[in-house]
Amino acid sequence: MEHFTPYSSLAGGALIGLAATLLWLMNGRVAGISGIVNGVFARAAGDTAWRVWFLAGLLAGGAIYVAFTGLPFQLRSDFPMPLLILAGFLVGFGTRLGSGCTSGHGVCGIARLSRRSLVATAVFLTTAMLTVFLITRNFVEL
Amino acid sequence: MPAQLTGFLAGLLFGLGLAVSQMINPNKVIGFLNVAGDWDPSLALVLFAAVSVNFIGFRWTKRRTRPLFADVFHLPTRADLDSRLIAGAAVFGVGWGLGGYCPGPALAALSIGSWEPVIFVGAMLIGSLLARLYEKNTLPAKEATPARGNG
Repeated sequence: MEHFTPYSSLAGGALIGLAATLLWLMNGRVAGISGIVNGVFARAAGDTAWRVWFLAGLLAGGAIYVAFTGLPFQLRSDFPMPLLILAGFLVGFGTRLGSGCTSGHGVCGIARLSRRSLVATAVFLTTAMLTVFLITRNFVEL
Repeated sequence: MPAQLTGFLAGLLFGLGLAVSQMINPNKVIGFLNVAGDWDPSLALVLFAAVSVNFIGFRWTKRRTRPLFADVFHLPTRADLDSRLIAGAAVFGVGWGLGGYCPGPALAALSIGSWEPVIFVGAMLIGSLLARLYEKNTLPAKEATPARGNG
């Protein structure tokens, strides 16, 4: 547990919760990132602009933090490219099929006690932990 | 347009939160998922804090009939557990554990000086597009999922 960062985790989590509350109160929208991204490409009338602005803010938030504090960690540089592409593909496919990701099901769905989101979160946490377990135990050769 | 400005502000806070909590660091995320190894519980606290604040916020807005800068609250209404929800979540989890990125952190990390998120997001968009084609071709029209789900 030497890497445990309780305070920055709680502070960052609170910011995420505040952001989700704001988007709900102001725009009446669930702050689910995969859903917001997918909606950009659905191009429903009058429904694209706020999504693009939200995503612009998301990018800016990460960039501004790093610009002011410097990168708080070392960039990963040795990760195999084919696996990164496979990971991205699975995340895109799975979040569309399952109607949500960590933010939509995890942060927002659980907060409003949605049964679908509770189940989805339990499932993706389980398969993610299993995947890491299999890789770290070398059951799956990377 | 207030809705665009508030959308941007919400995104900005969300991105800052992901950066402050270091969720934009895939090794940190994998450290959390590695429950049987050198476990880093940080992400559990991120989720706990985010859910708690949002839970209070959601309750607090419950008596409102409409949001401040939009006509209606777009509340997901489905309550049934179907196989696509489970299968989709399972596939997402495998990708998350493999790469250490989920959609939010990958996007928030797009401009921090690493190529990883750029490649990841490109692959993610292709995966999402293929899932949409798959849904279109395999499901009867009335069951087709709307483009916008929960997350």
